[in-house]
Amino acid sequence: MVLDFLAGIGRTVLRACREVGALALFAGEAVSHIVRPPFHGRQFLRHFIEVAYFSLPVVALTALFTGMVLALQSYTGFARFNAQSAVASVVVLSVTRELGPVLAGLMVAGRIGAAMAAELGTMRVTDQIDALRTLSTDPMKYLVAPRILAATLALPLLVVVADILGVMGGYLIGTLKLGFVSAAYLDSTWDVLEVMDVVSGLVKAAVFGFIIALMGCWCGYNSRGGAQGVGLATTSAVVAASILILALDYVVTEAFFSQ
Amino acid sequence: MSGLSVSLHGLRKSFGPKLVLDGVDLTVPANGSLVVLGGSGSGKSVMLRCILGLMPPDAGRIEIGGQDVARLSRRDRAALMDRIGMLFQAGALFDSLPVWENVCFKLLAQKRITRGAARDKAAEVLALVGLASSVGDLSPAELSGGMQKRVALARAIASRPDILFLDEPTTGLDPIMGAVIDGLIVDCVQRLGATAISITHDMASARRIGERAAMIHKGRIIWEGTAASLGHCGNAMVDQFARGEREGPIQMELRR
Repeated sequence: MVLDFLAGIGRTVLRACREVGALALFAGEAVSHIVRPPFHGRQFLRHFIEVAYFSLPVVALTALFTGMVLALQSYTGFARFNAQSAVASVVVLSVTRELGPVLAGLMVAGRIGAAMAAELGTMRVTDQIDALRTLSTDPMKYLVAPRILAATLALPLLVVVADILGVMGGYLIGTLKLGFVSAAYLDSTWDVLEVMDVVSGLVKAAVFGFIIALMGCWCGYNSRGGAQGVGLATTSAVVAASILILALDYVVTEAFFSQ
Repeated sequence: MSGLSVSLHGLRKSFGPKLVLDGVDLTVPANGSLVVLGGSGSGKSVMLRCILGLMPPDAGRIEIGGQDVARLSRRDRAALMDRIGMLFQAGALFDSLPVWENVCFKLLAQKRITRGAARDKAAEVLALVGLASSVGDLSPAELSGGMQKRVALARAIASRPDILFLDEPTTGLDPIMGAVIDGLIVDCVQRLGATAISITHDMASARRIGERAAMIHKGRIIWEGTAASLGHCGNAMVDQFARGEREGPIQMELRR
């Protein structure tokens, strides 16, 4: 009984190690295809537009409303300590360092990570990935590498937009509803903002973009068992990417800001 | 272009405890046309996947054109794959690409042709399988099952392969469309001068497209002969399978 229990734990640990190892090899192979010719420029462009352009509305709205809510919440909270003047600083630092990249990452994980897993999963179960091999095309180079490169480069651009709209959301609420003077609010914003705040957010965005595409491709590429398998792959891709985004957010923050 | 021979020696493959290929030995001479028959789960598709390099065998040797595939360098293996065309059971056309890009996919991927020239080439190849050039602008989802099979055949022959593999080419088609596809396959194989290996459990199709036939049962080749002799070859299992009879050694095994 005890031995069975221990064996079960051992099997689970071994399976987890095998999965992590396989994922690391998958990521390594994908990166190696990104830097080695031939390159599939059309595939890259297609996915770059899909991530950067078509995700814009959802990321923009999320950032705008988050900035607005943040201004409102921090104002009511800081009012207890007569620290309302810190609202602009809190909004800009929160948005550029954390909320911009994390919320954009989560939105894109739901939209793009799921789409990548579903598309590659369907290609897997309908033999399209095998067909690529028989057509002398490496599926890792044609399917996976362009998606990972596109997401890694596109997410920082989305985060730039998210940062601007998030700060703008705070500014709108601050000046139109909370009675801040426009110039004073903007001065407070600029005074507190440092280059590293924006850079750290963009680095996070690139890491999140890589993770979203990696998990989407990994889950889709290895899906099995028809429609049910594709559905499972899609769910797994979004869940795994979301958790990894939050975990890696801490790691990157620690790397940039721990004193 | 000339066909390449294909030889399998003691090919074995299992998935966990389930033995799927149990020492398959098979030879198809250059320019030959072989049909491999077998029931569902008999190992036909696994054998094909092993030959194509989509699945590594556990043991055994695969020789194509006299070369042991396992011993080839990555580059030589890629060069060999260039000489192979494959028609998948469900077509496996790329949903995200129009028909003309599907047909010329290999040529475009290898930059052997410009995109402008590929449209003309696709129209030319589509004509070989009886489709109008206007079909080239459609997406695979807009095609009927028969048209998808024809496009898949066009894609398989577009690069003028030396070996053509066909996985259940008539599955899911009505008998007339099945006969049309078989006719196209025979025409294309003759025109290319290629070696053709088909797997099917459609007897009418097997007689139409194969010169020779082999039957795989429980992971082993149990019979080889001419396709014309199917149904009266003297092997009880093969004859039962070819005639589609309920009573016979195969069913008796199932009952046990």
